Amino acid sequence: MVQLLRKMPLYLIGLLLLVFTGYPFVYMISTSLKDQSTFFERPFAIFTSIEWGNYADVFQMGLTRYFLNSILVSVVAVVAVMLIAALASYPLSRMNFKFNRGLFLLFISGMMLPIHATLIPIFKLSQNMGLYDSLLALLGPYIAFSLPISIFILTQFMQEIPKSLEEAAKIDGCSHFGIFWRIILPILTPALMTVFIYNFIHLWNEFIFALVLVSSPENMTLPLGLQDFYGEFSVNVPGLMAALTLASLPMLVVYLFSQEKVVKGLTGGAVKG
Amino acid sequence: METAEVARRSETTRVAHGTKKRNMRKAVTIGLFTAPALIVYLVYVIYPILSTLGYSFYSWDGTNDKTFIGLDNYVQLFNDAVFWTSLTNNAWVVLTSVFVQIPLGMIMALMLFAPIRGIRLFSSVYFLPFLMSTVAIGLLWVYMFDPINGIINQIVNLLGFENVAWLSDENTSLIAILLVVVWQFSPFYMILFKAAMVGIGEELYESAQIDGANSWQKFFHITLPLLMPTIVSSSILAIVGSLKAFDIFYIMTGGGPNHATELMGTYMFKQAFINFNMGYASAIAFLMFLIALVVTVLIQIVDYNRKKKGAF
Repeated sequence: MVQLLRKMPLYLIGLLLLVFTGYPFVYMISTSLKDQSTFFERPFAIFTSIEWGNYADVFQMGLTRYFLNSILVSVVAVVAVMLIAALASYPLSRMNFKFNRGLFLLFISGMMLPIHATLIPIFKLSQNMGLYDSLLALLGPYIAFSLPISIFILTQFMQEIPKSLEEAAKIDGCSHFGIFWRIILPILTPALMTVFIYNFIHLWNEFIFALVLVSSPENMTLPLGLQDFYGEFSVNVPGLMAALTLASLPMLVVYLFSQEKVVKGLTGGAVKG
Repeated sequence: METAEVARRSETTRVAHGTKKRNMRKAVTIGLFTAPALIVYLVYVIYPILSTLGYSFYSWDGTNDKTFIGLDNYVQLFNDAVFWTSLTNNAWVVLTSVFVQIPLGMIMALMLFAPIRGIRLFSSVYFLPFLMSTVAIGLLWVYMFDPINGIINQIVNLLGFENVAWLSDENTSLIAILLVVVWQFSPFYMILFKAAMVGIGEELYESAQIDGANSWQKFFHITLPLLMPTIVSSSILAIVGSLKAFDIFYIMTGGGPNHATELMGTYMFKQAFINFNMGYASAIAFLMFLIALVVTVLIQIVDYNRKKKGAF
């Protein structure tokens, strides 16, 4: 009993934080399962009756398209980043040359860069290249802005690989590309996973480039599509909540299945910094 | 003797030739490895920043001809009350991040080690906000702050106060959005602190226990000092991130009402893509870049000095 009393403050703080972080989710999901009139009559009731219709409506309104666009552009960009960043990280971390340090700093300085400083030129560039209002327009900036953190993570990881492995391969007549492809890349798999998760989460949420570079609904990514929904269907609150729930679901599912990896991916760039 | 001299000379040139050739080959290898990254980076990062600087000296609507106006955009900017408001608001985001999010993140991380039941479930929930899509977060909270139907006002009523028009009232809109920013990002700092706390050796606490230290003493003399590196790197992330803030603000209020939640980012966006003042917007964008640069350099200097003094 005394034990329990002494722990009371801890339980209190714990529960307070639980309500603060968790309640918005309860609100979102329970609202998404209400019909409109119930929502207006009893906005805070957690469950009245379950109305799956809102989810069906959302799919009819084109959410599938936004999902596919988001998956396509994020996956292509992240895979490209993994390859390009791994290639660049190899000489940066394992070869001595004059501009090594300078080049590394140039790349990682992109981490502090406000995207706004590049927005207008990239907008003009996409128009001039005829890519404006297509998913292709997003690939360039998505890859470029994922490079800094990826190179940062990969160079750190590559520095830990023992030099002797490489030397043995060199004696056997392996070229630098051979060493990279056959020795470094396989060892790099866990770091590449970190890079994948980190960038995928960021690109899945990316909003401002999509806002500036894409205008027609069929090319919109999920964040942009949600915003569009909001503009058109702001009265249909349960419908919108269904859309928000669906949009948040993929990350939550990924997290449920690979908690450790997600946390490592998110902290990968930060803990050592 | 002469032949020996010649032979030696030709030997040195041969060796020099060899190193030169090897250096060339090395340069080509380095070039090939870094070229893809460098090209993408030059096209989408370096060139745009230089262009932004260039555009900032022009009056330009984005389609018709540019007119060179020198530093006029910057002069106008310094006399633009909205820009100063947005700069101040960015400063508020920085302060909230450092003095609310980071401490809250630390408290959440400490809670994960608290000896109470169900803490594993708690910790999963604590982390959820960070995984939710930013646009979805903005829209969800718009409804939670709704003046009539919103849950926040329901609580306010319960406490015996009048309804507040959170997002459309100039006095409350910034506070409301900052609350959402705290909600979204505290879990991120929680996992950073959690990772650092796992690394602290149990034996330190045990010996403190033997010396009769209470929980507070253990926290202030063991945990907090050892968390210093994490506090510093979290602060860097928070400050740099706050200068770039955009999404939540754009979604929830678009910078309104009457610029009460305007940030440099939202103001730049409006000037560029709604008013089509591309030159003026470029000046704002370039200033954002400069501020971020100065802040980063300052942090590096402070951090370097701190490390030199032998602190963590």
